[in-house]
Amino acid sequence: MDAEDRFSFVVIDEDDMISGRLEDITIDGVTEVLEKLDKLPPIVLMFTVCVHHFVGCDLDYIYRKLEERFPAVRFARCFMDCILQKKGLTPEQKLRKAMYDPVDRKPVKQGLVSLVGSDMPLDDTADLLRLATMTGGELKEIAGIKSLDEYMEIGASRTIITDYPAGVYGAEKLAERLGAGYLYLPMSFDFEEIADMWRAYLETAGAGKELKETAEEEINREIRECRDSISDLAVTLGDTPVTIDYTFHPRPLGLARILLDNGMNVETVYLDVINAEEKKDFEYLQNNYPELTLAATNKVECRVMQRNRPDILAIGQKAAWFAGTKHFVNIVQGGGLWGFDGIRKTCGLIKDAYENEKDTKELIIRKGWGCSSCI
Amino acid sequence: MHIERAFKILPVYTADVSGVCSALFELGGMVVMHDPSGCNSTYNTHDETRWYDTDSMIFISGLTENDAIMGNDDRLIKNVIDAAERLCPRFICLCGSPIPYINGTDFKAIAGIIESRTGIPSFHVDTNGTHDYVQGAGAALARIAERFVKAPDALGGASCRKDRRTLNIIGATPLDFGFENTIESLRKRTEQFGWEINSIWAMNDSLDNIIDSASADVNLVISSLGLQAAEVLEARFKMPYVAGAPIGGFAEKVYDALAQAAADRKSRIICNQPMAEGPAEVAVIREPVVGGSIARSIELKYGTRVKLINPIEKTESIMAEGDVYARGENETENALKGIRTVVADPLYRFVCPKEIQFRELPQEAFSGRSFWREMPDLFS
Repeated sequence: MDAEDRFSFVVIDEDDMISGRLEDITIDGVTEVLEKLDKLPPIVLMFTVCVHHFVGCDLDYIYRKLEERFPAVRFARCFMDCILQKKGLTPEQKLRKAMYDPVDRKPVKQGLVSLVGSDMPLDDTADLLRLATMTGGELKEIAGIKSLDEYMEIGASRTIITDYPAGVYGAEKLAERLGAGYLYLPMSFDFEEIADMWRAYLETAGAGKELKETAEEEINREIRECRDSISDLAVTLGDTPVTIDYTFHPRPLGLARILLDNGMNVETVYLDVINAEEKKDFEYLQNNYPELTLAATNKVECRVMQRNRPDILAIGQKAAWFAGTKHFVNIVQGGGLWGFDGIRKTCGLIKDAYENEKDTKELIIRKGWGCSSCI
Repeated sequence: MHIERAFKILPVYTADVSGVCSALFELGGMVVMHDPSGCNSTYNTHDETRWYDTDSMIFISGLTENDAIMGNDDRLIKNVIDAAERLCPRFICLCGSPIPYINGTDFKAIAGIIESRTGIPSFHVDTNGTHDYVQGAGAALARIAERFVKAPDALGGASCRKDRRTLNIIGATPLDFGFENTIESLRKRTEQFGWEINSIWAMNDSLDNIIDSASADVNLVISSLGLQAAEVLEARFKMPYVAGAPIGGFAEKVYDALAQAAADRKSRIICNQPMAEGPAEVAVIREPVVGGSIARSIELKYGTRVKLINPIEKTESIMAEGDVYARGENETENALKGIRTVVADPLYRFVCPKEIQFRELPQEAFSGRSFWREMPDLFS
């Protein structure tokens, strides 16, 4: 984002942690930061941390006082409280909800559908964009919004959609608060699931019978084209060993399944948990491809393992680093590839990675350089 | 209420925990940050540049709320021992974060238990995430000096090496010396001045060489984070040290001081000895050994006094008269009054008046990798 100038800190020291005054210190610190600014921002994303939680800080008091001091400012309740990581909502889930909280309910704009949850904007040819065009609606993507006014227009949405698991909680709460419809349309590699999501979208958009029939024909064509892309990829890859990691896509097992079912040689999937949405894929792979390795990335050995498999085609940054390969697909969080088009684009990217080398080191360690992007 | 806790635009310096990890990264030990794993992931994403190419056993314990509240240290002990048995590190270092600080985790005892069960030297570096990298890295290197460096007698007689002038360089981490080839440039420069390098604490060198440090004639402290270790070595082996980085024209002064220290066995802090007089119109913002050495090199070149603005806590004793300790934006802005040219990390530009001439000098401990491509070789 290159938004370093909008990033401030309140620094706490040892005494602050145990003095019982962390509320006042936080309030005064945020106050001082805001008073130093040339202009008050309309919204402040305020992150409290583990210490606030652990010492039992009265967060309601903190926010109430800040709202009293700065009535023109909206304070979003954001968290970096990883000490709670083993249970309940993750900071990622809570952050998304906090970011949507400032969106006020507005008169509904017919045809307006907002896509929230993912950090990545949809690819230009993603099915969802085509579905929006097909149904005559407007699809507003939160990841592509450029101004606060535009952001606040989400409040007029007739339907809220999310395509990313970490966005589900925030999207549900947003839809509930706005009184809008809600759809979870995850990025998937399963033809039937995608087809069902097309149908759900059309239904929610109020599509008529004729449009639905046209869409069914379209779905069949899309599936045929996907099969062609996958077959073509299988011919290209041959026996090339493939590894996949969970940062590439929230459905790494789904991707492994479709590749394996089409004869490709997936050796390993790196992931630290099995996403509940992938339970069926996990069981299918367990039964049909018992030789497939599922490897946790957080095992201590991963830090010192041999990274000498340049022959591997890696899908995802972690998989590429573990293999030490220059042939990899450089995408995180699904990269905005959605639906049938997403499957075909994924095949294209894998093929490109097979045929062309990348500067893996240059690309993987980019996070933090100029704060622009991790890819 | 006045608080200098509010940082509108400036970041804070790399924290003590990351300092420990950075200092010990290349020594073959296992470092465990006892932390939930969130805030301290910044070590990997911003403070450490070596992880891609270099294996190192730096881990986070993944502390949970239940374990913290219930005082369940057993999980930490078990996980560390389990990891150590699989990875066979040369040593185990534990360091804490804010939550263990609040609940008073007894790291010394835990390290003792781990050492007794594994037989691997284990120690604790006192950190809690609220201090800066110099404190953490300095204490970590001091533990190495205390526990690992052997007496010259135990090394089979260092006297046979008296025909050469040897030194240890102490205080090298990417946090101060981020440019990839900086340490190799320092090695070359040091050799050009007729010195043989015995060990470099702790980049581009091994724990084995560091263990052998007491056989050198003298220690060269090139960053504030090397001072504690140098003092330990002085106390243990009567090894003198010189604090000053051989930067620019100041290099000659540093190597002269090393020769004198080797001869009279007296330590010297020379980075705080001004080379020019008069009011300072130029300022350097940096920790005091590197920053002071840059200031001296500018003084030697231009004949004008240079003021150090020191942002690092507990290092005031190595500042020159007229230098200023400034932590935070208000204090830095005040310290810059009357200054016409400033040499500092690019992010300091945000708190500099527009009329000040700004000379960019990125530092990884301040701006992470944001300006990595512009990182200078301080010893070229």
